[in-house]
Amino acid sequence: MVNSAVSKIKVDPRDAKLSMAHFYVAFIALALGGLMGLLQTLVRSGKYELPGGIGYYQILTVHGVMMGLVLTTFFIMGFQYAAVSRTAGTHSNAARRTGWIGFWTMTAGTAMAATMVLLNKASVLYTFYAPLQAHWIFYLGLTLVVVGSWIDGAAQIMTYAKWRKNNPGKPSPLLSFMAVINTVLWIVATLGVAATVLFQLLPWSLGLVDTVDVLVSRTLFWYFGHPLVYFWLLPAYMCWYTIIPKIIGGKIFSDSLARLSFILFLLFSIPVGFHHQLTEPGIDPAWKFFQVVLTFMVVIPSLMTAFSLFATFERYGRSKGATGLFGWFKVLPWGDARFTVPFIGMASFIPAGAGGIINASNQMDQVVHNTIWITGHFHLTAATSVVLTFFGISYWLIPHLTGRKLTKAMNKLGIIQGWVWFIGMVFMSGAMHFEGLLGGPRRSAFSTYGGAKQAAEWIPYQIAQAVGGSILFLGIILVLIIFINLAFFAPKGEEEFPVGEAENPQESAPMVFENWKLWLGITAALILFAYTIPFIDIIQNAPPGSKGFKTW
Amino acid sequence: MHMHKFEKIWLIFGVGCLIFFLTTVGVSAFYLGNKPPSCLTTVNPEKVDQTKPFDKPGLHKVEGKDWDYELVYVAQAFSYNPAQVKVPLGAKVRVIATTKDVVHGFEVAGTNINMMLEPGYVSEYTTTFDKAGEYLIVCNEYCGAGHHLMSSKIEVVE
Repeated sequence: MVNSAVSKIKVDPRDAKLSMAHFYVAFIALALGGLMGLLQTLVRSGKYELPGGIGYYQILTVHGVMMGLVLTTFFIMGFQYAAVSRTAGTHSNAARRTGWIGFWTMTAGTAMAATMVLLNKASVLYTFYAPLQAHWIFYLGLTLVVVGSWIDGAAQIMTYAKWRKNNPGKPSPLLSFMAVINTVLWIVATLGVAATVLFQLLPWSLGLVDTVDVLVSRTLFWYFGHPLVYFWLLPAYMCWYTIIPKIIGGKIFSDSLARLSFILFLLFSIPVGFHHQLTEPGIDPAWKFFQVVLTFMVVIPSLMTAFSLFATFERYGRSKGATGLFGWFKVLPWGDARFTVPFIGMASFIPAGAGGIINASNQMDQVVHNTIWITGHFHLTAATSVVLTFFGISYWLIPHLTGRKLTKAMNKLGIIQGWVWFIGMVFMSGAMHFEGLLGGPRRSAFSTYGGAKQAAEWIPYQIAQAVGGSILFLGIILVLIIFINLAFFAPKGEEEFPVGEAENPQESAPMVFENWKLWLGITAALILFAYTIPFIDIIQNAPPGSKGFKTW
Repeated sequence: MHMHKFEKIWLIFGVGCLIFFLTTVGVSAFYLGNKPPSCLTTVNPEKVDQTKPFDKPGLHKVEGKDWDYELVYVAQAFSYNPAQVKVPLGAKVRVIATTKDVVHGFEVAGTNINMMLEPGYVSEYTTTFDKAGEYLIVCNEYCGAGHHLMSSKIEVVE
């Protein structure tokens, strides 16, 4: 089925246009959010103050919203839209129109939320914990971002469904299947945040109701907040599983196991939100532990992923004549940015994942909860593993979509960018981890805490974070230079959209993997099992609600 | 669906580690009593000052309980009451805290006391202060413009 002619398939220019629209927004968010990140690390070093009465928590909100919500959601939707078009065929006009409606809805919502943040009416961070009360336009904007992403995702599902209809009894193309899993994961997860915003925060911020139930709101938020990080991670896994093997000239280790691991992520990334609420009152410790156990189930697909990737690398290396236990490592194409940049991300996921296991370990979380260790953790997962893979994808996808070439010079700059990022992150994330173990809090401006001895020990680490943050900002400038070059200035030509082939293409994936009734049913059952009883407890034993506060 | 022999070994090893690890965490939590703070008591957030024990913040000696002292805190943007307290070395203390306004953190740096304070809920944690010295309490959950100024102090004295 897959032959060399297929690998030259181009994404239709009409689909390319919509993907590129997503990427423009994503990279503008990266530029803005990156600048805010730099300023944060400078403020927290204690050597710099923000000009013009701008508040630290205002720029922190911009950084979180831009990087965590805008960059990720727009990049992922743009990438998946192109990936489905490439592997399941050009989108129909109806699907493309749906995609554009989704895109503009998300963009309008982003503009509304951003305006309120810039006016300092919504310095509530991207987690917007009640009873901090932002302007209602902020909440409405976020609602539009979420609803827009549903519409956007529907375009991918429509094209996937069309492929299935035209190819009865055949497993769908792997990359499309993965994109649809991630879209479904996103839709199920965002139901929680949509519920708290629509039914609690919007009416409350509009003054229609006086009080809000804080724990219900937080629980709904974290029902969404953890699968959110898997929504970021799975597109990186798509690249690692299906694209990297093609780039290095190897094969996908196993098509079926890749699908199985994605299904396991769908099942086990949602009923786990309590592990963000381990130190909170009002939730029974037995239910916390139950969700901790479910949290750790994602270790299984993670181990499967690690095995497949390194099996692909080793088999490729040995086919090139590499010998010895690790000889294959040397023959990998280190001079190719499309491989090296995501590889740095992949390698970072080893310490990042280990840190995540610590964070989710029930009572062990007390040591690190809300310390800057956590910030260090997700700057390894999201801001290194995920984002470097996204950059690596951009280096071939942007020119593919714009009909240009990744030149040798840009390829080299891409590799430099990857290593600059790595060095910056070693400083920043490393210092954050160490400071966190000493108790330094996250999400805090510079403070000596009245000259406390413990706080004085934190300051050298904060200076190291500013050094790391400055190096990372340099990395962002490099990414932006490459992005602008590939989008507007690189020489015209054809850049491949690499999609790998399975090692045993005759062994087709079991059709049970495409049985959505089954997988959605199990997903729903697990969610109901993990949440129904504790959620009823939270509502039945609720204290009087909280009025809104504006403390910024 | 075919699975490579090495992958089977790898997964059996991984899942085995996972079971061992979760058992350790579970036994520590439910048999040894090291559960994360999960107090289920509620309080009217607008009547905190009139509600026991929050009407008298500070350290109190208690009799006939599993702990020797109760250390009561009321948090509000951007301070803790009391702002400073002395605790005798080796005392087993029940820390009891709540907030009058938004969500705050309650972290005693350098110890395992780390809990969320949420309006309407009481947070509790029992611990023994067995090392003398000064401990900084910081708010580790964003609560507004003065979040980084919100702190208190525990002095563990002989």
